[in-house]
Amino acid sequence: MPADFNWAIGGEAGDGIDSTGKIFAQALSRAGRHVFTSKDFASRIRGGYTSYKIRTSVSQVQSVVDRLDVLIALTQRTIDENLNELHDGSVIIYDGDRTTMQDVEIPDGMIGLDVPLKGLAEDAGGAIMRNVVALGAACAVSGFPIENLDSALEKRFGDKGRSIVENNMTAARKGRDYVEDEYDEAFGYDLECTDEDYVLLNGDEAIGMGAIAGGCRFYAGYPITPATNVMEYLTGRIERYGGHVVQAEDELSAINMALGAARSGARSMTATSGPGIDLMTETFGLVATSETPLVICNVMRSGPSTGMPTKQEQGDLNAMLYGGHGEVPRFVLAPTTIAECFHKTVEAFNLAEKYQIPVYLTADLSLAVTEQTYAPEEFDMDAVEIDRGKVVDEETVGEWQDEEGRFKPHALTDDGVSPRAFPGTEGGVHMSTGLEHDELGRRTEDTEMRVQQVDKRSRKVETARDREAFEPREFGDADADTLVVSWGSNEGAMVEAMRFLDDRGIDVRFLSVPYVFPRPDLTEAVEAAAETIVVECNATGQFADLIEHDTLTRVTRLNKYDGVRFKADELAERIAAALGTQAAGEEATP
Amino acid sequence: MSSNVRFTDFKSDAQPTWCPGCGDFGTMNGMMKALAETGNSPDETFVVAGIGCSGKIGTYMRSYAIHGVHGRALPVGAGVKLANPDVEVMVAGGDGDGYSIGAGHFIHAVRRNVDMTYVVMDNRIYGLTKGQASPTSREDFETSTTPEGPQQPPVNPLALALAASGTFIAQSFSTDAQRHADIVKQAVEHDGFGFVNVFSPCVTFNDVDTYDYFRDHIVDLADVDHDPTDYEDARSRILDPGKEYQGVLYRDEDSVPYSRRHGVDADMTDVPDGAPEDATDLVREFY
Repeated sequence: MPADFNWAIGGEAGDGIDSTGKIFAQALSRAGRHVFTSKDFASRIRGGYTSYKIRTSVSQVQSVVDRLDVLIALTQRTIDENLNELHDGSVIIYDGDRTTMQDVEIPDGMIGLDVPLKGLAEDAGGAIMRNVVALGAACAVSGFPIENLDSALEKRFGDKGRSIVENNMTAARKGRDYVEDEYDEAFGYDLECTDEDYVLLNGDEAIGMGAIAGGCRFYAGYPITPATNVMEYLTGRIERYGGHVVQAEDELSAINMALGAARSGARSMTATSGPGIDLMTETFGLVATSETPLVICNVMRSGPSTGMPTKQEQGDLNAMLYGGHGEVPRFVLAPTTIAECFHKTVEAFNLAEKYQIPVYLTADLSLAVTEQTYAPEEFDMDAVEIDRGKVVDEETVGEWQDEEGRFKPHALTDDGVSPRAFPGTEGGVHMSTGLEHDELGRRTEDTEMRVQQVDKRSRKVETARDREAFEPREFGDADADTLVVSWGSNEGAMVEAMRFLDDRGIDVRFLSVPYVFPRPDLTEAVEAAAETIVVECNATGQFADLIEHDTLTRVTRLNKYDGVRFKADELAERIAAALGTQAAGEEATP
Repeated sequence: MSSNVRFTDFKSDAQPTWCPGCGDFGTMNGMMKALAETGNSPDETFVVAGIGCSGKIGTYMRSYAIHGVHGRALPVGAGVKLANPDVEVMVAGGDGDGYSIGAGHFIHAVRRNVDMTYVVMDNRIYGLTKGQASPTSREDFETSTTPEGPQQPPVNPLALALAASGTFIAQSFSTDAQRHADIVKQAVEHDGFGFVNVFSPCVTFNDVDTYDYFRDHIVDLADVDHDPTDYEDARSRILDPGKEYQGVLYRDEDSVPYSRRHGVDADMTDVPDGAPEDATDLVREFY
């Protein structure tokens, strides 16, 4: 097994699972360890199974695996739900005094640590600190110095006052001491600390940070899981930079406000999830036809309809590519890692303004809610460049007026991109509309102008293909017979799966594609490979369809649509199975 | 703002395709007069329109403008104004646009109180789709889709606005040119969301709510003892069924527009060439 450590806390929603997990993840990150978290949550406020898992190592971790070393179980169900990930020697920390845990069953071969979490917490100042006692116990089991927990507790509770922080520190020590005093097992873990300083963030936060860095100043949205975190991140932060967040009455309003702000001259964004995209589609057509630069972020969840709002899926690709009546170009960007969520958001704003086109920026749920550690340099603010495209001012507006001095917002140009004038610019007065229009923005049904405007809008795509590098991210052996292609959050699991595959002598070339449209031409890569496998979290293989369309070659589809992300080892199994080289003694996950 | 702007400066060179005699001509002229008289120039004005006959206004006026989708003009206007506070924003819509498909946006725009002006060209019928019932059509008004009348009471837009904590609620008659322009002007000058419902008769499809009908039935608030700052006075008139008032029904002198409540006064259109200077702080938060 890789030299990593897998930890989880599970219980009912309302048990404080999320904040407890976050504290431990932060402590590990501050101790110079890499962290990758995953959350399993139900669509309800209280009750229902929920868990927070952490995989940690001194080297970078980018996915989850089927393994749990230490589990804090607040309910019997926590153990039941994780049985297949627990192994001989796994440690289960529970509170045997809790009414529901008195008859707890610890599976054979595993170590049950009965720690009076509530009682020890009360000794430290309050039962509410029960989970922190458990964290202290976990420190004892994993050989993780408890001092590292202190700074995370400080960060979490610092605002609430000194005594709260100190009580929590005491609670953690009570948990640790209890395990050390009562149990003399050698658990065999020794979580090493380093001097590195990492940042720990999720995809939604990276998108929000990318938006501010990329000059977004106006955001309108409507709360929806799992996109709301983008709005929550921006609220209270974007104001520091002169921006503003509006919680609109619905998604229709949100996209229209964002459109208004964009036409006013602000970099503007809205974020939503699948059902919200459906509602926004009406205005999407207007955004595209009026050539308004707008970033529309779609944090995908499991559909259709309300589907499984808290579960993973990559099912909205077709909706973003083809959604809406009529034909209008749009760009679709799909970051493949949390760090890329930041970079692609900055890029989305530049592309939107350079080409005056709506840009879908899409993350899937796993990317959005997962937290991962990075070296802070990954988010280099000095490297951020902002390109607003063809904006005219009083001096240059004259170049874009007709003989009567009227500004041409939809001027027919070789590159398909017209000039932009913000309100307040003298001489730039113009109207735009969702009706087909002439260069001045006036409605037209003239057959020739209709064709010219459609062609002009399409031409932007060709221009962008010429000027931008819509390249895939490449991993593995470029000469390997097997080509794996994926998009979105599968990259992390696939990069790690390559190690498992390598152990079995399976050599793959892996292309992770962050640009859905325009996208890189993979024809050469597909033709060079003996077998191409397209990995995605949907049932029909929407991305695979595109690859087949582009390359005129049949690919193997590897789909997962049970609401759960790919795990690295699971993905390796399935790729090996697809290649017919299943390793002896191992079963492929169905 | 330029001081020598005339209302004709807000006229575009496009020939309106409204029916001859349409009330929308007068409604639009009043809007242009109000803008000119309040010292705005076309360069600093943004007109947002929805769909339908009213939606054509962006073409006929000369200003920065967008012709949006049906019922959603108000959120667009709010976005324009919040991002660029120096711009004078005027939103135009029809009774279908504002009180049917856009009713949700209307209520929220009123209570959001963004400093802009909303003019509804209320002809109590769907004109451009050729004569179907609208939310303000009378209960017994026979149309192609309601041969026996809608059989439901009309919406009272002023009451909706009042219920949503409107801070400026007015009504005017498009053909009473000077009075209408003056009411719209007060809406523009109002510090907050200025709402004007304009009787703008449809001469082609509505033979009930005609010019003659309004001339005979309108009560001008200037001729009666009405204090628009008196909420109770406003409420009793607005809820008085069948009364056709002209004038400012309600004005909240203490109106605090959205931007002041939320401290949104920055011009958001000016963006530096790179990330903000202290953007590294954002990264540091994740340590």
